Amino acid sequence: MTTLYDQLGGAAALDAAVDIFYRKMLSDERVSRFFEGVDMERQAGKQKAFLTMVLGGPHSYTGKDMRTGHAHLLEKGLNDQHVDIVIEHLGGTLKELGVADDKIAEVAALANSVRDHVLGRA
Amino acid sequence: MPKLLCGGKAVELGPTETVLEGLLRAGLTVAHSCRAGACQSCLVRATEGLVPSEAQVGLKDTQKAEGYFLACSARPKTDLAVSLPDQAEGLTPAHITHVAWLAESVLRVELAPTKTFAYRAGQFVNVVRADGLTRSYSLANLPGDGPTLTLHVRVVSQGRMSTWLASPGALGALVNLRGPAGSCFYVEGRPTQPLLLVGTGTGLAPLYGILRDALRAGHSGPIRLFHGARTPRGLYLQDELRALASTHPQVSYTACVREGAGEAGVTVGALDELAMSAGAAKDQRVFLCGDPTLVTALRKRAFLAGARLRDIYSDPFILAPPPGPSTEAA
Ligand code: FES
Repeated sequence: MTTLYDQLGGAAALDAAVDIFYRKMLSDERVSRFFEGVDMERQAGKQKAFLTMVLGGPHSYTGKDMRTGHAHLLEKGLNDQHVDIVIEHLGGTLKELGVADDKIAEVAALANSVRDHVLGRA
Repeated sequence: MPKLLCGGKAVELGPTETVLEGLLRAGLTVAHSCRAGACQSCLVRATEGLVPSEAQVGLKDTQKAEGYFLACSARPKTDLAVSLPDQAEGLTPAHITHVAWLAESVLRVELAPTKTFAYRAGQFVNVVRADGLTRSYSLANLPGDGPTLTLHVRVVSQGRMSTWLASPGALGALVNLRGPAGSCFYVEGRPTQPLLLVGTGTGLAPLYGILRDALRAGHSGPIRLFHGARTPRGLYLQDELRALASTHPQVSYTACVREGAGEAGVTVGALDELAMSAGAAKDQRVFLCGDPTLVTALRKRAFLAGARLRDIYSDPFILAPPPGPSTEAA
């Protein structure tokens, strides 16, 4: 079975996805403050790794990466509501790329599975 | 099996091994993280040999043109010579052949390298003085202009390199050049794409090179250049730029100052507002040089306005700390 990652066109197509996703996050004032002062290229790289993972592409992200990568944001007040927003924008991005709703639901479920790591509960 | 050459070591790659795995096995320190071609932290450069194209997915055109690739995604078929990002590149000796004032505190410095010095318009070089003092400056000319290199140097009152360059002793002196470096340059292709060039102070140097390089390549899409300075006395090359704009219908040039009465042909206002208000940024190629705060802010605005991340090139000028033990490049 091919992954959504392959169906979308692999690594090359992910650039477009990252542009859309990152733009949504940066323009959303509920979450944009978490990105203040971070290097955009680096941030885009991390988002690409994240999208690769939730779309089933080749990755080596671990729960530990997720936890350490977000630890400093917990201090800034990162909580469940923000994770919901990320999943919402992830869905919006995939919709713009023409992904069907049932597939989007699968991706959202995968993204949801790292929620506890991101929020330092696991 | 293909061999890797790096920092004087030769490593034979196993059948499924990546360049990153080979280098690490050889005991070299290579930054890496995701090992999946996503985070780009394992960026290295091929100095010889064929780079597999899958190792360049997602890189900027400028990086590809320079041979950069992701070590974690590269399984080369043939031998490859690799240089790691922090590996010292060779020095090129150069004579300072000409020094002249362009504006109140901006010098034009011309250098004649003693051997061929290949670069792209818009890149920067590190100038290393005999005593080791090092500063980076952007190149303002094109390789096609001739063998000499042109720098625009802002003279800072506490700046050891810049005040020296402004002194009589600099003319004729021999310095060393390291580089060139930087990925803020024009790459041929997409000749109708609109270009937006925004810079402050001597950030004009790389932009002037990029603008002329684009014209040389026959770029036909609109090219809009915005140059900002604090006061009108910080503006320079106005005649040259106006001449370019009048002979090339696709070129527009706006000089902008924050303070001072409006002079003929000079706009008073905020550079970022001006540059961003003039037309949608969607699908533009954006070049930003100079003041780091402005560069960072404009990067974000251009991106939010619809420019793709990989179409945004920037070169923030970071000033070296005033006299002290450090020889960090500015
Ligand atoms: S290690 Fe992340 S791109 Fe190579």
